[in-house]
Parts: sequence; structure tokens; C-alpha cells
Amino acid sequence: MTDTPALETVDLRKTYSNGVQALKGVNLRVERGDFFALLGPNGAGKSTLIGILSSLVNPTSGDARVFGISIHQDRGAVMRQIGLVPQEINFNQFETPFEICVNVAGFYGIPRPVAKPRAGKYLNELRIWDKAHQPTRMMSGGMKRRLMIARAMMNEPRLLILDEPTAGVDIEIRRSMWQFITGINRAGTTVILTTHYLEEAEQLCRNIAIIDHGNIVENTSMRVLLSKLDVETFILDVSGPCEPLPEVPGVRLVCREGNTIEAEMSKQHDLNSLFAALSARGITVTSMRNKTNRLEELFVRLVEQSAREKAAA
Amino acid sequence: MNDLHSEALINAETRDFSVARANAIALYTITRREVRRMVRIWSQTLVPPAITMTLYFVIFGTLIGRRIGPMHGFSYMQYIVPGLVMMSVITNSYGNITSSFFGSKFGRYVEELLASPMPSWVVLSGYVAGAVLRGLFVGAIVLAIALLFTSLHLAHPLVAITTVLLGSTIFSLAGFINAMFAKKFDDIAIVPTFVLTPLTYLGGVFYSVNMLGEPWHTVSLVNPILYMVNAFRYGVLGVSDVSLWIAYLVMCAFTAALGAVALTLLHKGVGLRS
Repeated sequence: MTDTPALETVDLRKTYSNGVQALKGVNLRVERGDFFALLGPNGAGKSTLIGILSSLVNPTSGDARVFGISIHQDRGAVMRQIGLVPQEINFNQFETPFEICVNVAGFYGIPRPVAKPRAGKYLNELRIWDKAHQPTRMMSGGMKRRLMIARAMMNEPRLLILDEPTAGVDIEIRRSMWQFITGINRAGTTVILTTHYLEEAEQLCRNIAIIDHGNIVENTSMRVLLSKLDVETFILDVSGPCEPLPEVPGVRLVCREGNTIEAEMSKQHDLNSLFAALSARGITVTSMRNKTNRLEELFVRLVEQSAREKAAA
Repeated sequence: MNDLHSEALINAETRDFSVARANAIALYTITRREVRRMVRIWSQTLVPPAITMTLYFVIFGTLIGRRIGPMHGFSYMQYIVPGLVMMSVITNSYGNITSSFFGSKFGRYVEELLASPMPSWVVLSGYVAGAVLRGLFVGAIVLAIALLFTSLHLAHPLVAITTVLLGSTIFSLAGFINAMFAKKFDDIAIVPTFVLTPLTYLGGVFYSVNMLGEPWHTVSLVNPILYMVNAFRYGVLGVSDVSLWIAYLVMCAFTAALGAVALTLLHKGVGLRS
């Protein structure tokens, strides 16, 4: 019984009235209990896909099934399974967080005696209880983002969809949001996350799909995807001038402005030979870091490859 | 695993969920939210019609009305009270639903409703109930003010109540359709200014249509507000320019037609879903 996925889309297509093909036959499967990253550049089709799942966009063709229920078969039953945190702020700025949460629970048929303590619980867990009875227009951006998560939890969904939930949020609040969402996922809720912070996806998600120009260009586990990255680039800060650089077989070294060296090498290449060559030239390395997040590097490559294929076609 | 099996599994796994009860709670929630909105902005929703209607009673009823003389056996003040009450009910029901629903579209919090399991008829009923309640509140306020100027007794209370409810419902539905198509705030102001106000003034609020010569008498008969005003006048004073049964037929037909259009548009997500 448990082999029914949390989400399955079958040849899902969407063409808008202006002729833009946002989705070109998306087939996606998200297992129960997964923490799933849906990544893609702006305009790739992520929000359209989420819009279809949350009943805000009508698909042109194809199907989406949430815990086995088709969106065409029983929209109400599908919506009861889903909690949505949209990209844009979309609550009434004249209402209070408490009113918003209790009202949304009411839209799901949850009586007020149940909804009130539940609203208190999630507003408290997301650390905005002290603002619970103030109009939301007086809240900061980070508080509004957390309110949207609390609101999405009011029906205690089995599938939580987060569309860039941490956009524009400072790192401390972002971490507290990660902690909350991770806890929700551990408790059994399937989570689908879209984000432009790729380190966020790398840290939190177990499986990943990359969408570009309405097509899924990659769909695998995070571990498998990251293992595909065969080249890494390191930034080395050095104590003195970096030139002249030594010749190191298998490593491309570039001296950047200031006392910084960029070293690109295969993942299999050992670092000892690089350090030995630098030491021989009297160059002392004081610190070292990855140039970009590993997932970011892969993401850029996949999207560039997709663009090349599209241009060739 | 087939879909029906999956659905049964979910029901078993999650909760014993009564859809009918859920819809009742959702309907109550929308209605409650609408009433709270009306009360929260009382200075915009309840006070203006009270002031406007007081001016109507003072100017048309007291000052000008004295010179006009009795109509259908009632003083001019008494004659115009039902029409002014009905006018307030209609314009406030219409205004409530257009501003509230368009506001939810503009602020995007209509998505809370669209992404919920509520069926379209619950959403529509909740907004209509809120608008009808606003109409009833305002109607009661205007009637109370009228009693400061003149004396009235309800000739046919059931007719008065059903007419107010039907009239309010008709214009709530019309306002909802207007709000669905509206893309900017101007779009919800055009209909009240260029359609609703002229129809109301030409709907026999201040005069009997029997005073009009042809072709204006016949032209007036295509105005739905004429039937509402006269049916309500019959309920309050016991006099009407039109047959009560034709008035009910017109009001029921408009309710059914506008209800079907609004529900179809909402179900398709016109102006809401891309």
C-alpha cells in the first residue's frame, strides 16, 4: 500500500493563453516522506507546476496524482492533503496572523475549537506568537514568510509544498525555518522545496529534480547527482604574491586579483601535489574554500547543457 | 493500485472526514470573515448610507415632499421610504461583494480559497451571505432613520422580507460576477456608476411608473429594480405599480440566472486561475 507516491505527474503540460509553453510533458515522482528539491532557473516552470498541484493553474493536459488521487478526479480530496507556501505574500494585510490561520483552517472544514490551539501551536513554533494579534502589515518580511508556513500547516498536510520559502530572509531566521521544516519532514510529512539558495537544497533534500524550459532535465537522488560532479574549483588565499604560478599536471591554476589562486581539478586529483608545488615556489596557502557550492556548479552545467540542446534543436 | 483504492486508503489513514460538515464550517468561516470586515470598516460600510439616506429624507421627504402631496394615499415621505431602503440594500450588497472579492484578488489572498478543498458553491454562498447581511444591516439602519421622520407599519412582512432577501441576493451575485471580471479598481466602479445608479433612480424609487407616459412606462418595465422596489413597497405600504407575482417571477429568474453564471465562472476560475 505504501508504494503509492506522495506525488506523481504524468505527461503534465501547460500552455498559457499567450502561447507560452510552461510545461512540456512533465513526469515526476516524489516518494512518501521524501524531502524533495525542485530546482530550475526563473521561468523554468516550477511555479506553474506548483500552481497546478495547488489548484491555482489549470493544466492543459496530463495528470497529477497526490497520494494516488487525481486532481481531475477529486480536487477537494487532493487539496486536503496539501499545504502550500507560495512564493509571493498572499494574505490579507488587514487581518492578524491568528485570524488568518484560524480562517484558513475553517476553509478546510476544521472547526474553530480545533483551529485556535493549532494556530497557537504553529505561530509559537515559528516564533511569531508575539505578533499573533497584530495586523500583518506591521510584520517584517521574515515574519510574513514564517506566517505563510504556519498557515500552510493549519490542515496538517501530508504534502507540504514550499515555493522559495526563505527568499529575502536573513540567515538566522532561515536556519530556524530549516529546523522547523526538517522537523515536519521527520514527523512524516513529504516536503517539496523550490529555492534559489542551492546550499539550502543540498543540505535539506534527499532527492532532486531540475526543470528547465518546461522539461525535467535531471531527476535523481542528491547523492547521485553530486557524485556526477567530476571537477571542483577551489579558491586558495595565499600570504604573498601568487605569481609566478607553478605547473601542476591535471590542475588549472589562475592567479586572481590580490593574493588569491583559483585551482580547477578533477575530484580524483590529490591536493598534496598542488600544495607541494606551491610550497616549492615559496607560496604559502593561508585558507582554502570551494569556489561555489557543489550543487550550484552542477545546476549551472545542467541548465547550460539544456540551453545548448535547445539551441541545437 | 487503482485510484478508488488509494482514496479509500487515505480516508482510512487520515481522518473520519465529513465533507458536508466541512463545507458548513467553510461557509460559516467566509460569512463570518465578511461580517467582521464590514464591522471593522464600519465608517466606510455603515455610516455613509445612513448619512446619504438622512439627506434624502430631509430634502426629498420633508422639504420637497410637502409640495408634492400624497401618492397612492400615503405622504410622499412614506411613499419613498421603501424605495430608499431597497436602494440602500441593493447598492450596499453590490458594493460589499465587489470590493471584498476584488480586494481578495488584488491582494492575492483569494488563493487561500482557491487552494482549499472548498467547492465553488461554498465560496460563492459565503460571499453572497456576507453581502446580503451587509444589505440587511444597512436596510435596517435606513428604516430606523426613516422612522424618525415618519410612521410606518409593515403591511405584508413576509413579502417585505423575501423581497429584501431576493433583491440583495440578485445584486450580490451581479457584484460577484463584476468582481470576477475586474482587473483594476476602476472596473468595479464603472457598473455602480453607469448602470446601477441610473437603474435605481429610474426604478420607481421616487415616483410611481404609472405617472410616466409611453414609451417610458413600457421601457421602465424592463428594469429589474422596478420589480424589487415595488414588491418591497407592497410589503411595507400595501401598494405596488406591478403585479406581485410577476415581481417574484422576475426576481427568482434573475437569482437563478445570475447564480448559474457566477457559479460557472467561479468553477472555471475565470479571472482567477490561469
